[in-house]
Amino acid sequence: MTRQILSLSAMLLSSTLIVSQASAETIRWARASDALTLDPHSQNQGVTHNFAHHVYETLMDRDAEGTLTPRLATSWAIKDGAPDTWVFTLREGVTFHDGAAFTAEDVVFSLDRARSEKSNMRQLHVDVAEVTAVDDYTVEVRMTGPSPLYPNNLTNTFMMDKDWSEANNVVEVQDYAAGEDNFAVRNTNGTGPYILQSREVDVRSVLTVNDNHWAETKPEVTEIIYLPISDAATRVAALLSGEVDVVQDVPVQDIERLSGTDGIKVETGAENRVIYFGYKFGDAPLASSNITDSNPFNHPAVREAMELAIDRDAIKAVVMRGQSFPTGIPNPPFVAGWTPELDAYPAVDLDRAKALLAEAGYPDGFSVTLDTPNNRYVNDEAISQAVVGMLGRIGINVTLASRPVAQHSPLVTANETDFYMLGWGVPTFDSAYVFNDLVHSKEGSYGAYNGGLYSNPALDAMIKSLGTETDLEARAATVAEIWEVVKADRVLLPIHNQVLAYAMNDRITLPVHPENQPLMTSVTFAD
Amino acid sequence: MENRKLVKDIPAEDLIVPVRAQGRLARALDSDIFYSWRTSPVTVVATFVALSLILLAVFAPLIAPYNPFNPASLNLMDGFTPPASTGAFTDNYFLMGADNQGRDVLSTIMYGSRVSLFVGILATLFAMTLGVSLGLIAGYNGGTIDAVIMRVTDIQLSFPAILIALLIFGIARGLIPANQQESMAVWVLILAIGLSNWAQFARTVRGATMVERQKDYVSAARIMGVHPILILLRHVLPNVLGPVLVIGTISLALAIIEEATLSFLGVGVPPTQPSLGTLIRIGQQFLFSGEWWILFFPAVTLIALALSVNLLGDWLRDALNPKLR
Repeated sequence: MTRQILSLSAMLLSSTLIVSQASAETIRWARASDALTLDPHSQNQGVTHNFAHHVYETLMDRDAEGTLTPRLATSWAIKDGAPDTWVFTLREGVTFHDGAAFTAEDVVFSLDRARSEKSNMRQLHVDVAEVTAVDDYTVEVRMTGPSPLYPNNLTNTFMMDKDWSEANNVVEVQDYAAGEDNFAVRNTNGTGPYILQSREVDVRSVLTVNDNHWAETKPEVTEIIYLPISDAATRVAALLSGEVDVVQDVPVQDIERLSGTDGIKVETGAENRVIYFGYKFGDAPLASSNITDSNPFNHPAVREAMELAIDRDAIKAVVMRGQSFPTGIPNPPFVAGWTPELDAYPAVDLDRAKALLAEAGYPDGFSVTLDTPNNRYVNDEAISQAVVGMLGRIGINVTLASRPVAQHSPLVTANETDFYMLGWGVPTFDSAYVFNDLVHSKEGSYGAYNGGLYSNPALDAMIKSLGTETDLEARAATVAEIWEVVKADRVLLPIHNQVLAYAMNDRITLPVHPENQPLMTSVTFAD
Repeated sequence: MENRKLVKDIPAEDLIVPVRAQGRLARALDSDIFYSWRTSPVTVVATFVALSLILLAVFAPLIAPYNPFNPASLNLMDGFTPPASTGAFTDNYFLMGADNQGRDVLSTIMYGSRVSLFVGILATLFAMTLGVSLGLIAGYNGGTIDAVIMRVTDIQLSFPAILIALLIFGIARGLIPANQQESMAVWVLILAIGLSNWAQFARTVRGATMVERQKDYVSAARIMGVHPILILLRHVLPNVLGPVLVIGTISLALAIIEEATLSFLGVGVPPTQPSLGTLIRIGQQFLFSGEWWILFFPAVTLIALALSVNLLGDWLRDALNPKLR
């Protein structure tokens, strides 16, 4: 009896110890929106990937300098004698959260899933012809032609367990735009450093550290409580009151106040993301316009007039409080293909803009609805509101439709918007990623986020050629040529590149991640 | 008994009923209601506050210093100008400061109150019409119709009105095509708030109608063969209107707050056509950064408007209730 009591109290004691230890390394992480889905191939979206990176893993990572580093693949090389084939050597001894071993067949399954028809990741794998397992830890990816840059595309393609997926009937990717649901949307089985414990969509997700993770250094954070708080003031108040430890989307107006608060520090850094507006192309009249016999956006002079009406410097000074880099191309400076010449933007000229509108046949302007997200990018709704005012000055009467990103994003991918705001991050650090998704005509794996259905067959051909061009100098020349056309044709209306600010309890250090995908494994504690 | 006087003992001049004032206006000023209004300072102040806010809203296009919806008159660079100063970029003078878009806060409040009042008044009228009609039908018919209508009101009254409004708003948004949602937003809001507030009207009118139905004048009309709809409209309705007016006034205050709540939650009118609730939603982002005027003035206006209308409702209830006089 005594022994029983003793062992019972020992058990109680040890469990309290574990609890107190765990709570000491819990991090409460707040940001504006939740992951759209947990199906790792369903949405190619930053917040979704950021969450997934904690649970699932990719073949390779990218460090702060932009260099690829090994993750589930330990090395990769072009196959001897076969310039169109990449060989990936996998890490041994990795297990999924349910205990199953990670092997080559899981990689084959995951890459095939990521390039399947319903996948939102397929544009990254558009040049893949065939994926085969050579042995348990070697995978060969044969491309349609030589693709020297293909590994760049793999930093957000997550590896799933083939058997688990088959057992749970999730071989097919969730069709997010169609409102589909599947087991993988709410359940996970990855190899990542954290295991999903519970999830209430848009409210709270809890992750605990994976003790069987392959990495030698264990993360200091053992429990993550992820709290999407869409309202900016509430998010900041939560940090000030100590309810959360890290706030990822800090409103620009609060940076100054937070930096001056004892016990709180703010980290800022440029994000690899451009904020732009997209137009609906084509001859069909716009659904939301008073012009019913033509599409004003289809006229190049109208697009030029709109560019001349927008005062990017005013947006930077007032809306962003200096926390942005105004730009003239939809391509962040981090990305190969960016040049200062392309980045230049015209000065505001309202008279010229009005003259251009008249020249295009719209002397009295026209009306249109602008769809904007209100919880995704820094001050997204306020930027759109400012643009509404600026376009109003040249007679373009814009109605603003503001929605949370979960409702806004499907409008763009389903081409149900006439005029929209979007932000584009470039995880591959290569211009082809921008062209494939935003510029190429919407067909097959291309143009997933070409919300305005822009189509230029000459550009399409050049974009396709980038995938298989082995001469890197010739490739860079084609990239430059495409950018010239994109800029001259005003395919998109770029505004600026974002600056990110993370605010946190000052005993924590979390550096700003250029792709805004901070990993809680990188958190260090001061004490 | 000995104290009772017989009519013949009363002096003739006391028997003469005082002559009532002549003319409509004079009669109104001489009425009990005006007397009770005149003698309640709170009500007089509330009336002036409500009236001036309503007049400022109605005549906003004529008297507002700037038109905040005219992009030509505003400049983003004037954003965050503090109260009682001139913009950094234009010569515009901002008595209540400028918001984050460079709009004059005073003007946006005047225009914003228009949206709030328009939605509040139409939603209340809609709720009133629906609730009174259903209440009359239920009270007059009784039986199954009454049971069905009253159970529906019971169910509705067991939910907070704002939840019902959110539900109706969500359904309406789902049914309207995406590109028309913004132009329809105000009407959807009126529908949602109206549908969430009719139950009080129905319940009160039904009770009053059941009382009136028993009275001789209704029986007489019925025996004469007057059509039930005519009986309800001509005879019953005027006699149950008193409480309806009281509930109507208080509902108006509630509807204005409900509209502000929905807009605050971001499901109301678009930010380019702000109501008071939208202005408060925009302003609260700048609470921590020190630009207090963007939130403060719209919030004070909303409080003044809702409070004054509410006080008027309270007064009307007391004034129309003979037992409290």
